[in-house]
Amino acid sequence: MHHSNVVARARKAFLTGRSKALSYRLSQLKGLRRLITEKQRDIADALRKDLHKSENATQLYEMIGLEGEIDLAVSHLSEWAAPRPVEQSLLTVADEVYIQPEPLGVVLIIGAWNYPWAVTVQPLIGAIAAGNAAVIKPSEVSSHTSKVMEELLPLYLDKELFPVVTGGVVQTQELLKQRFDHIFYTGNSTVGKVVMEAAARHLTPVTLELGGKSPCYIDKDCDLSVACRRITWGKYVNCGQTCIAPDYILCEPSIQDKVVKEIRKCIKEFYTDDPKTCPDYSRIVSLRHFRRIVALMEGSSVAIGGETDEAQCYIAPTVLTEVTSESKVMQEEIFGPLLPIIPISGTDEAIEFINKREKPLALYVFSSSDKMIKRMIADTSSGALLANDCLVHYTLSDLPFGGVGSSGMGHYHGRYTFDQLSHLRSCLIKKLRMERVNQVRYPPHTAQKLRWARLFLLKRVDVGQWRRAAQAVALVTLAAYVVQVRRPERFTSILYCTSYTFGFNV
Amino acid sequence: MESHGKVIDRLRTAFRSRVTVPLEFRLSQLRSLLSLMEENEAQILEALHKDLAKPKFEAVLSEIEMVVNDICYAIDNLKYWVQPDYVGKNLATKLDDCFVHREPLGVVLIIGAWNYPLQLVLLPLVGAIAAGNCAVLKPSEISQATEALLAELIPKYLSQECFSVVCGGAEATARLLENRFDHIFYTGSQAVARSVLQAAAVHLTPVTLELGGKCPCLLYGQLDIPAAAKRLAWAKYFNAGQSCVAPDYVLCSRQVRDVLLPALQQALHHFYGPQPQRSVDMGRIVTERHWSRLMDLLGRSGGRVAIGGESSREERYIAPTVVVDVQESDALMQEEIFGPILPILTIESLEEGIELINRREKPLALYVFSDESKAVSTVLEKTSSGGFCSNDGIVHMTLPGLPFGGVGASGMGSYHGRWSFETFSHRRGCMLRGWGLEKINVLRYPPYRDGSLSWLRWATTTKKKGWSSCSVM
Repeated sequence: MHHSNVVARARKAFLTGRSKALSYRLSQLKGLRRLITEKQRDIADALRKDLHKSENATQLYEMIGLEGEIDLAVSHLSEWAAPRPVEQSLLTVADEVYIQPEPLGVVLIIGAWNYPWAVTVQPLIGAIAAGNAAVIKPSEVSSHTSKVMEELLPLYLDKELFPVVTGGVVQTQELLKQRFDHIFYTGNSTVGKVVMEAAARHLTPVTLELGGKSPCYIDKDCDLSVACRRITWGKYVNCGQTCIAPDYILCEPSIQDKVVKEIRKCIKEFYTDDPKTCPDYSRIVSLRHFRRIVALMEGSSVAIGGETDEAQCYIAPTVLTEVTSESKVMQEEIFGPLLPIIPISGTDEAIEFINKREKPLALYVFSSSDKMIKRMIADTSSGALLANDCLVHYTLSDLPFGGVGSSGMGHYHGRYTFDQLSHLRSCLIKKLRMERVNQVRYPPHTAQKLRWARLFLLKRVDVGQWRRAAQAVALVTLAAYVVQVRRPERFTSILYCTSYTFGFNV
Repeated sequence: MESHGKVIDRLRTAFRSRVTVPLEFRLSQLRSLLSLMEENEAQILEALHKDLAKPKFEAVLSEIEMVVNDICYAIDNLKYWVQPDYVGKNLATKLDDCFVHREPLGVVLIIGAWNYPLQLVLLPLVGAIAAGNCAVLKPSEISQATEALLAELIPKYLSQECFSVVCGGAEATARLLENRFDHIFYTGSQAVARSVLQAAAVHLTPVTLELGGKCPCLLYGQLDIPAAAKRLAWAKYFNAGQSCVAPDYVLCSRQVRDVLLPALQQALHHFYGPQPQRSVDMGRIVTERHWSRLMDLLGRSGGRVAIGGESSREERYIAPTVVVDVQESDALMQEEIFGPILPILTIESLEEGIELINRREKPLALYVFSDESKAVSTVLEKTSSGGFCSNDGIVHMTLPGLPFGGVGASGMGSYHGRWSFETFSHRRGCMLRGWGLEKINVLRYPPYRDGSLSWLRWATTTKKKGWSSCSVM
């Protein structure tokens, strides 16, 4: 079916209103949950073909997260979708004032190939929860997974509301000519700009989850053995093809040798002496990316690894030294298993180095000093900051996951996805009563009316505060009464104290 | 005259020096902005009068007071807004510090519009300052007196290192947009918004667009028509109809219309007297070009002028006008009116009204007048709009707790009150882990084992509603 028809059909289905009912959204979310549980084998098989991912790695890095997000959405949906009350002004104190989350309409989700299920389905969870229709465009680079999504999603979800569109660059460009109510894109910044530009024609808002070079600063005062373990894990998971992988290390020359030694130890522990034969070590997704990454090694020294095998798109877990900011490997996001180490003289230089570059998606700091970590937070900017570990901030649904500057715009996970793909509509429900009060704002205008209008229309009132104040007064009055009955002389002193507290002069 | 590039470089250098980040600096700038408003009220009123013949009352309420209130609100609450939000954790992260930290974006661009020339530049500026950014202000060149006043006063009261006013027309704006900003805040038309978005895409700059559209006003069922007429007339003819949230057109039954017309007539008489042109409380159209556009719309309309219709080119005056017998295909229904002309379309049922509204682009505001709460909630459920207000007009945008913004063709993003602060902030997720419990981490390291998975599943689930997690640690 041609793309414009797919989108038109999704819009027609959305306009019937059926995706709005909470019960319907829940049924779709539960359908998605069943897909993940029942089709584990098919999903894992496809990922193994696409990225040489083991079944356990698939579960760990893709599916557990999705299960958690679906469960979270199911258990919190009624709370997220409910009207959200806000504070009022004196004039509207008798009215209903709230924010009502509403669906946007038809959302386009463009996935990426590195964690194809996680980055394609997680936005979908939020899209469904928010009551939208969604056109899903998985990445053609992870072609087996794309095919599996095309086959399986229609078996578990509403075919009209949630169609899957497959294809490459040309098909994506055709799709982008259509009008959507939101576009959610995960990928690189070059295509991100194209997506935003296409969205501009229809004034469509976008969420762009991009990438960049995520720096990893290791303070010389820290437990290097634990730090390097966590970094090694974070770097070589999925063969370095993670948007939040620690891209490069910054550390003082005095600890560089120890860092290399520790990483070497961990690589052996995780992937054996011969990672090529280890089922837990993945491959580069395509020949094009393989060649790109291999070329990045030029001009630097290989301290660990460096072996490659083009036939298998295999690159060994590699550490590079003698790297400067001008080295080839520092000119683009690596997105592969090369870990450059750049020497810097200390925290000051590290911060300067980081701030000279584009704001990254993640910033990693390893230090035992709280003060140093707080300084990093204060003096740099990034999508997220994680101290003393890698990647795991991704698993916390209550943390907004997204970039800033060239690493992206917008954020998601948990309730953030729901909010990102909703319209938060301001609602003021008034009655036609109390028209007398309105006289202050109508012409003809007088200075007196102006004074009243300033008070009524614009002064904020915290209804809660008034209620609490009223309660306090009631309690004090009661106490005073009781005291008066039993100890009349105390009544007077309580009265004075209370008046003083509330700022009145008795 | 400094080139745009130099201005932005200067602001960026200031931002990099981190001078705008401390709370004290932000508060001092906000207080200075407050002084600007308080010490120059007379000049502000004069400029607004020059630009739009804005009645003093309207200028004070919708421009001065709104800005002053927002500044005070920010000053009172900023210390809370900048606090990190600690978040719920899962078992695996129980001992960690997890929070959302709000940070400034950098150098932001604020492009204002001419209809509320002060408010539309200064309200976003309050948010930009509160969030710790530097800002370039580009007021509308159409409201020239206000533009000149802002160019004069801003450098006097705010840090010249961090805040700059750029003047000029469409060409100057286009050149400004070639530069890189960390956020662009634009108020204006859809056509220009497209080019703003396209310019932003080149640098992957996030934007907030406050646009417009035709805000429908439905009158249905049982209702106190005289009261509705007053509120409707007030909202419509405020600033001579030149408000992005003015009720653009009315939908009602023939019966309601027949009672509404005399009620509107009476309300207008009460507001502006028998000759509105002589009333100091009636505004003017901003330029002759806009006046001509409105007169052209009126001329091409197939409807009948039931109230008003008088005009004067010299004064850029158009009387408060109501046009009836208007069809959906009428000239008055083809674009946002943005003037004191109110078309009334008749509908047979609520469903017909809702369908008509839904055939069109999502508006910035949607109004329903009715004493029947079921009718109000039906419209609310079956339509979408930036904001919604029943039984009144415009006032929903004076509440700082409510986000003010559009959806679809009426805009993206929102502001006012704390929402302005959030618009100009980056919410950075922070997780500070400890060094201990490395044994638990073993579960996630290769070689991957089947057994580890179920432990990890359990440890990484955030607690469900009503389920209190016990700490394994």
